[in-house]
Amino acid sequence: MAVPQVAAPPPATRRVRRSHQGWKFVGPFMIVFALVFLAPIAYSIYLSLYRNRLIGGNAFVGLDNYTQALQDSQFWSGVGRVGLFLVVQVPIMLFLALLVALALDSGRLYGKSFFRVSIFLPYAVPAVVAALMWGFIYGSQFGLVGSINDALGISLPDPLKPSLILASIGNITTWQFVGYNMLIFFSALQVVPKSLYESAAIDGAGQLRIIRSIKLPAIRGALVIATIFSIIGSFQLFNEPAILRNLAPNAITTYFTPNFYAYSLTFSGQQINYSAAVAVIMAVITMIVAYVVQLRGTKDL
Amino acid sequence: MSRFLKVAAVASAAVLALAACGGGDDDSSTGSSGGATVSEADVTAALEKGGTLTVWAWEPTLKDVVTKFQEKYPNVKVDLVNAGTGDKQYTALQNAIAAGKGVPDVGQIEYYALPQFAIGKALTDLKSYGAEALKADFNPGPWNSVNSGGGVYGLPMDSGPMALYYNKEVFDKYKIEVPKTWTEYLEAARKLHAADPKAYITNDTGDAGLTTSLIWQAGGKPYTVDGTNVTINFNDPGSQEFVKVWQALISEKLLAPVSSWSDGWFQGIGNGSIATVATGAWMPANFVTSAPAGSGKWRAAELPQWTAGANASAENGGSALSIMDKGANKELAYGFLKFANDGDGVQVRVDGGAFPATSKTLADPAWLADEFEYFAGQKANEIFAKSAQQVVTGWSYLPFQVYSNSVFNDTAGKAYVSNTTLADGLKAWQDQSAKYGNEQGFTVK
Repeated sequence: MAVPQVAAPPPATRRVRRSHQGWKFVGPFMIVFALVFLAPIAYSIYLSLYRNRLIGGNAFVGLDNYTQALQDSQFWSGVGRVGLFLVVQVPIMLFLALLVALALDSGRLYGKSFFRVSIFLPYAVPAVVAALMWGFIYGSQFGLVGSINDALGISLPDPLKPSLILASIGNITTWQFVGYNMLIFFSALQVVPKSLYESAAIDGAGQLRIIRSIKLPAIRGALVIATIFSIIGSFQLFNEPAILRNLAPNAITTYFTPNFYAYSLTFSGQQINYSAAVAVIMAVITMIVAYVVQLRGTKDL
Repeated sequence: MSRFLKVAAVASAAVLALAACGGGDDDSSTGSSGGATVSEADVTAALEKGGTLTVWAWEPTLKDVVTKFQEKYPNVKVDLVNAGTGDKQYTALQNAIAAGKGVPDVGQIEYYALPQFAIGKALTDLKSYGAEALKADFNPGPWNSVNSGGGVYGLPMDSGPMALYYNKEVFDKYKIEVPKTWTEYLEAARKLHAADPKAYITNDTGDAGLTTSLIWQAGGKPYTVDGTNVTINFNDPGSQEFVKVWQALISEKLLAPVSSWSDGWFQGIGNGSIATVATGAWMPANFVTSAPAGSGKWRAAELPQWTAGANASAENGGSALSIMDKGANKELAYGFLKFANDGDGVQVRVDGGAFPATSKTLADPAWLADEFEYFAGQKANEIFAKSAQQVVTGWSYLPFQVYSNSVFNDTAGKAYVSNTTLADGLKAWQDQSAKYGNEQGFTVK
């Protein structure tokens, strides 16, 4: 019987030595990366495979938590809510931010730096403080809305009622993040060479044409980045519902957003394992959506 | 797979293995507190010997108790930590217990949350310390609350026999009688709101604690707990009584849509737009600090009755001090519990304005004669003491009441903001609680 000739493996020593050298450089980074980045993810996945019960203790349950979460109507109602929030609030916010950035960039605005700072200012307000502040404004009994009702003898709809609460939260986040996105767009516009505008003007292009054909294509990368940040931000919606829940406990459920649901599961029900599964599923959904947007946004760049 | 990803995968697998090692080693050290009894001499010896005690509590008067305690037992150092109020502290406590590290020796736990910690084996059964002999020192309500599943899981610190606080100025202005029954209360609510559309009899945006307390007063027993067999039923007569009146208050929009403990709430208490508050006897101190504008206008009265002429009351709130099973100095901790809740500490706390759980205090003429400035000199303790005697017996909370209360607004809360009826809301609350109970290994019917 003929034994096929096996080629001798290439000498291993050279390769080993080479990889050792590399490790000395990337080692410190890899350690920190593993500890602060991979470890929490790994621990979440580990937790999500167990179930710790008040009676019966801790047991390995495989993917049970995931099957349960995928059939959990409360979880999906939260996902649906942030999805709706995403498709309505993000376009409005980015459009406003773009408008402001273009206005500032046009150079026709008086008091440009004042506007820039004042529009950016809400972003400097801590999110929790912003939510508390808007909570006071929205109060129909003792807040600003209540005072307006009293002063004018009218009856504005209660911004904290179940049918309006999502819009009210959208208003807070828009207020807070227009300035941030505006700054991204504005700085992207700043690097567009001014000579392009001059030659466009010589060619007879109006301002709208310049925006459409020069400015927007030039900041497309910034637009995609801002969109991705906003998508992630929407999926992570937490502060506003958590704070406003004190004022509108019946309009904001414990599963209002997926993040808030994970929080409630952990801290009210001690369902740490199930909460970890919800968090992992949410991370995957967010990754997929953000990735699709990135692919589409940069397709023909 | 790129080399980078390979490395990442290896690293995360290693971390996973580490995590697996770290997570599995709890519940091995719980056997120590079983049968052995601890005599009073052991406790005294521990107090003489001294040591350090960590106490997690938010009750403000405990600070003075600790000072007195350290004067009496100079070898003991008490580290009093405010780890948050209520839920926030329980979260921290659960986390410490799960981690098996940083667990305090003593923790303040509200009565409604106590069964949950007891069943989770987080607390030491004080029977072996002879705590049963202290039964006569405490009022029956709070004593009943620290008894869970045949064990004694803490010593009662304060209690919350309920009373009706009302703004006398508002009631006088509109010539409304202080209601003696909940039916009269409903009528008073209508009269008041008709006379002044900005004024409400009370506020409520769905409060699990108030709901269960009022059902308790009405003689309802929606929860029965027998070991791990639990029943939840909001169809019983007591719950129905509550639903009847409260549904009318909700449907006729007679409840101010303001959440308790919010700024708006205290404003309303101060300015007369919220005319009554039905809650525990620990409330006056909060009036004084948070709604000073109402001083002199408010009074305390007996809780309205579900049946005319009856004398029923219930507890709302109140907490115990418990010894953590994973705590270190248990004898010393028991010494502190006795001092704070049964011994010299009680008077210190009463002087600080707390409402104690000891029967001796409630019979003390000097205490009963206390005049409350906020209530224009009314001797309100007489009303509270009477209420404490009239608490309906036989009530029990769920062994997972903390969770259950957290989903009250998800379910029953719908009745406050939509067309869902309160009866349906309570049914949804019942179902959601039962689902959780079954998931947690109880048999819930």
